[in-house]
Formats: sequence, C-alpha cells, structure tokens
Amino acid sequence: MKMDIILAGVGGQGVLSVSAVIAGATARLGWQVKQSEVHGMAQRGGAVSAHLRMADGPVFSDLIPRGRADLILSLEPMESLRYLEYLSPTGTIATDIEPVSNIDNYPDLDALLQSIRTARASILVDATALARQAGNVKAANMVMVGAVAHMLPVTEEALISEIHRTFDRLGEKVLQANLEAIRLGIVAGAANRSYPATA
Amino acid sequence: MTTTEKPAARVVLGDEAVALGALHAGVTAAYGYPGTPSTEILEYLLRTSGPGPKVAWCANEKTAYEAAIGVSMVGRRALVTMKHVGLNVAADPFINSALVAIGGGLVVAVADDPGMHSSQNEQDSRYYADFARILCLEPSDQQEAYAMTRRAFDLSEQFHIPVLIRLVTRLAHSRSVVIPAQPQAESPLGVLPDGSEWTLLPANARRRYADLLDRQPALLAYSEQAAVLQLASSELGVITTGIARNYFLEYQAELDYQPSHLHIGTYPIPIEAVRQLAGHVDRIVVLEDGYPYVERLLRGLLPEPVPIDGKLNGRVPAAGELDPDVVRQAIDGEDRRPADLPDLAGRPPQLCRGCPHADSFHALIDAMVELEGPLVCSDIGCYTLGALPPFRAIQSCVCMGASIGMARGAVDAGYRPAIAVIGDSTFLHSGMTPLLDAVADDTDLTVLILDNHTVAMTGTQPTLVPSDRLPVIVQGLGVDPDHLHVLRASHKGEADLVAAIKKEIAHRGVSVVIAERACIEAVKRIRKERS
Repeated sequence: MKMDIILAGVGGQGVLSVSAVIAGATARLGWQVKQSEVHGMAQRGGAVSAHLRMADGPVFSDLIPRGRADLILSLEPMESLRYLEYLSPTGTIATDIEPVSNIDNYPDLDALLQSIRTARASILVDATALARQAGNVKAANMVMVGAVAHMLPVTEEALISEIHRTFDRLGEKVLQANLEAIRLGIVAGAANRSYPATA
Repeated sequence: MTTTEKPAARVVLGDEAVALGALHAGVTAAYGYPGTPSTEILEYLLRTSGPGPKVAWCANEKTAYEAAIGVSMVGRRALVTMKHVGLNVAADPFINSALVAIGGGLVVAVADDPGMHSSQNEQDSRYYADFARILCLEPSDQQEAYAMTRRAFDLSEQFHIPVLIRLVTRLAHSRSVVIPAQPQAESPLGVLPDGSEWTLLPANARRRYADLLDRQPALLAYSEQAAVLQLASSELGVITTGIARNYFLEYQAELDYQPSHLHIGTYPIPIEAVRQLAGHVDRIVVLEDGYPYVERLLRGLLPEPVPIDGKLNGRVPAAGELDPDVVRQAIDGEDRRPADLPDLAGRPPQLCRGCPHADSFHALIDAMVELEGPLVCSDIGCYTLGALPPFRAIQSCVCMGASIGMARGAVDAGYRPAIAVIGDSTFLHSGMTPLLDAVADDTDLTVLILDNHTVAMTGTQPTLVPSDRLPVIVQGLGVDPDHLHVLRASHKGEADLVAAIKKEIAHRGVSVVIAERACIEAVKRIRKERS
C-alpha cells in the first residue's frame, strides 16, 4: 500500500505543518515516509509545494513521479491546479477555496473552482471560514487535514493525537483551535465531495 | 549525551542527518555561513547540541573554513558547512587545506542546488573535490548522509585530507527516518604538529603536494571498494550517483528486466568498477544530479567503445535537476509528460507585507526619479526581489558583495550615477573589502545598505554585529562621516531617506546611506521565542 500526496499553497500558509501532522501519524503506523520540502527564497509569498510519500514498503524517490499522486492537498484554490501533472487520473484534489490574491492577474474564482471540479474528484472546503469559526484563522491547514482524513492510511484519532504532539507546546488556545479545526474539517470533507460529470 | 546509550531513530532532513552524524562523530566545532540549501545543518547543531561542540555562524565561508582548519591542526574534529557558491568564497583555504597534514578530521559539507531553487547557478561541487584531489562522499538518502558524515571524519584522519560531503537540494530538504549508531566521544586536544607540514612555503608545499599525489592510489582504492556494482542484464548498464539511485530504483521495480547497475557514492571515480560494467553491457546510461561529471570522464576525447546516454547527448536534460520522470525517460526514451496542463498565473516570491526593504526601495525609486538612467547594482538577499514588479529598482545581482565592486567599475568606466544596494549581512560577508577599494580610490559612488538586523532569506539567523555597530565599521573603512547617514526604513521616514539618497547621489565621492529597520520575520521569531 502507498499514499503519495502533493501539498500545495502559498509561502506562509503552513504547508509544512500539514505534512508534519500526516507524516508523523503515518510513520507511527510503521510506514516508510519521505517528505520533500521547499525552503529559502520560494517561501516568501510565492507558490510552495511539498511531496509527501508514504508506503508500507520501501520508498525510494523523494519526489513523486508525474501522474502517480493519489491526492493534491492544497491550502489555496489556484495552487491546487499548479501540480496537476503529478496527480493520477483517479486521484483527488482537496483544497481550501479561499484565494490568496497577492498577484494582479488572479483568475475568476468561480471559473477556477469549476475547472477543479471538472479536472478530478474534488473536495472543496471553505477552510479559512471554518478555521475562523474554530477560533484561529491560521488553523485552515488543519481543517484541510480533517477534510481528507478519510483518505489517509491513519485513523482520525491518530491524526488528533498528532495534533496534540505538534501543538501542545504552543499553548492551550492554539491547541484547542487546531483540534476544533480538524473536527470541522472532517465534517466539511464528507459534505463537499464531488466527482467530474464524465466519471 | 552519554556514549553508552544508543540514540533513538528520528525523522530528520538530509541536512540534519549530516549534523547528527557530525555530532555523533565527536565533532569539536562546526562553522558555516547560512545559504540555502545548507543552512539547516548548523541550525540543527545550534538547536540540539547544547553545551557540546562550539557551533558558530561566521562572517563568510572563507573565515568559517579557516576556523575549521585550525581545529584540525590541534587534533580535533571540525565540520564546516556552506552552499555550493559558498565554496567559491572558501576555495582558497579549501584547496590549500588538502596540502597540509590534516590532523583532526576536517569535513566540509557542501549543498549544491541543481535546478537553482534558491541560487544563481548550479555548479557541481564534485569538481572542487577533484580539483583539490581529495575524497568526495555523495549520500543518496538521509541514513547515508548520517553514516557518510561519520565515516568522512575517519577518512579525513586516515588519509590526512579534508573530505567533502556533497548534498543536493532534494536530499538536504527531504525528511526521513535516520537510525543513529553509538555516538563517539570528542577527540582529546592533540600535540602541536610539525610546523613544516602546515607552512606552505614553496619548499614545503612542493613536498606536501608530492605527498598528496602519493596518497592518490590509496584514495582510489578506497572508492573502488565503496562502489556498488551489480552485473545483471548485458542490454543496459546504469550508472547512478547520489540520489539518482533512488529515482532509478523506483523505476526498476516496473522494468521486466534488470539492468546492470553501478552506484557511485564515493569519488575519485572508481575506475575498475566502471570498466567492469562497461565490459559487461551494450549501452550505458549515466544518471547524476548536477554537471555531467562522471559522464564526461567516461566519454573522454576518443570514440566511445560503448554507447553512452546522458546529459552530453541530450538523453538527459543538460540543465535542471533529475526527477523520477527524467530518469524513466533516460532509460526507455518515452516522453510521458502530459500535454494539456492548465495555464496558470505565476506566483513568484515577493517581499513580505511590512518588509523594511519595500520602504527602502520606494525611497530609492523616488530619489532617482529625476535622474537619467541611474545604474543600481544589487546583491544576494531578500532584496534581490527588488528586481521584480512592483519595484524593478535594481539591475544586477551576481554574487555576494558584487554590488559595490560592480558599481565602482561602472563609475571607473565613466558611467554616472552608480548606486550599490546591499544588505547588512551581505555587506559584512563580502561588502567591506570593495568599499575599502572605493574609499582608497575616492570613487564617485553611493552605497545603500539595507540593514534589517538579520540574515533574512535563509531564516533570520543573527548577523555578526549588532546594528548600531554597522556605522562604526563603515566609518572605520574610511567613509567620511559627513557622507554617512543612518535613517529608518519606514513609510513615515521615507521623505528623510529620499532626501539623504538624493543628496549623496549628487555628492562626487564615496557615500553610504544605511536604511535601518528590523526584518518583520525576525521580530516575529524573537517574540515567539520569548513567549
């Protein structure tokens, strides 16, 4: 069994925390995990991505071959399409629908969401709004972890334990917001799945 | 850390695996200058080594390297870290350190950046190891990065040479499990070596060089036994180096035959292993990240006895990094890239909201508005983003410190006005010496130092001196205090900054304007650490 995930977003959104929570919980299953990250200049408000590879056997390459990813997990709608060539034809796109419009030529949002829906199976969640509801807008990344929890090789409980490990040291308030965020994400993920008309 | 307890497995970056390897090899001191993708080696040591080894960021890679040589001279182990272009800065001590009688293990970990994720070029550090005639170890994964770093210290002491560990971005910044071995204690302080083995006067240097040449067969013998050769199908032989092995193994599982495979992780290139492979197969594919280093040696100048596919015949792209798809295509020739990809707006990196550099650039643009064709030479740092919209305020970025030297050259050539824009840490790294040149020659030049109190781009490492010392240093270099201004880089202070820059551009001589305000990321980090 294997699970290859492309994580996408804009520098500063917390893409690596998403990777850390999923990878941490999966490694505890005894799976092999490799996580390729982006550091340096690209992190400054630019497009960022990470490759997360997990398998119950050996993982060789740090990078996912094109057309083999099971999931694109994005914290920003346009960024969810940037790495489409990596996604398997049967893969899923899951993304926060709140745009980061720090560029002049940002596309029309409705058209963008429509092209995500027609590209592959999708899970479109207003994660930023749910994170705000959970008490911390920065927890949108954990809403998205919740939204794809059903696809991951680990249980929801394992993810929640991993959030405890990751956020305990940041204080009770931050921890609770992230726990609430993943709970809201789990519900929203189930309610917002769609499949392309041709599938 | 006790030396009896076996440390637990942990998930670390490739960079961190090197750091852990050095720590467990009993390293006494580690030095470096921040540079993506090498920065996390020293950061890990700073974070985890506690009261253990001395760990220090230095003014630049050259000073870092020289400190490491000194540690080795008195018999203890030293690690020095840098990105690939940093080795250009440290090239002088690096090459010459191969000629002295290395005592304590001296390991230089250099992170190359094929694909130029965060760099100006994709130079390949394996050439440097060859140039210096030393061993180079190139790990393929995190576990090997750990083990090879430990081994590198032993090899350095065994052969009395520095040993270069070559990393690439995809290993440096990829996280996986490392199972450490028993840590080793620090070496005791040695007795002073014979000075003639460390004093490279021509007579000594000739003797030392002859000795280094005498050791070459032993280095080759070591790399021959380290090569991993599997002779299988005679149809195809694959040579991999470093992380190319992972991409090949990933693809091999899908092949209906098993190509013969030679993996090289230790250089000099194992000649006998290559000959054995070549004698067994009809075709060779060379897969290596970076320059076609192995491939060029294989091809030589004479007609090939065995057809070779690689970067030099276009089977593998000559530029950029390898990935699983490039490797698949190199082996079977099939282009699998999907045709119909969405055409998306680009999202280049940009200065953070509230960045002091943005205020400085606005002021600079305002100050230059009436000038005809001002030349603005800039440098390496976040502020290089000033080349992009909305600023388009700078016209060059070549290497650390080049802004000042290049502006001086343009002035000497008759161009006016010429302005150099450089960050505080880059100034301390390589900007002081060209400013000294300009002062000595009374060059008609204005230098704008963007002082954000930190090395921002690489993750807000501390600069070597506090911000209030910077004007003292500039004055110490001989800049006239009447033409040295320290102003705040802020929206509120913009008019003053504009006036100062305008005035100094008009001045015929050396002038320096320091635009000062702390990086907002650094402020955030410090606030977080305090809470």
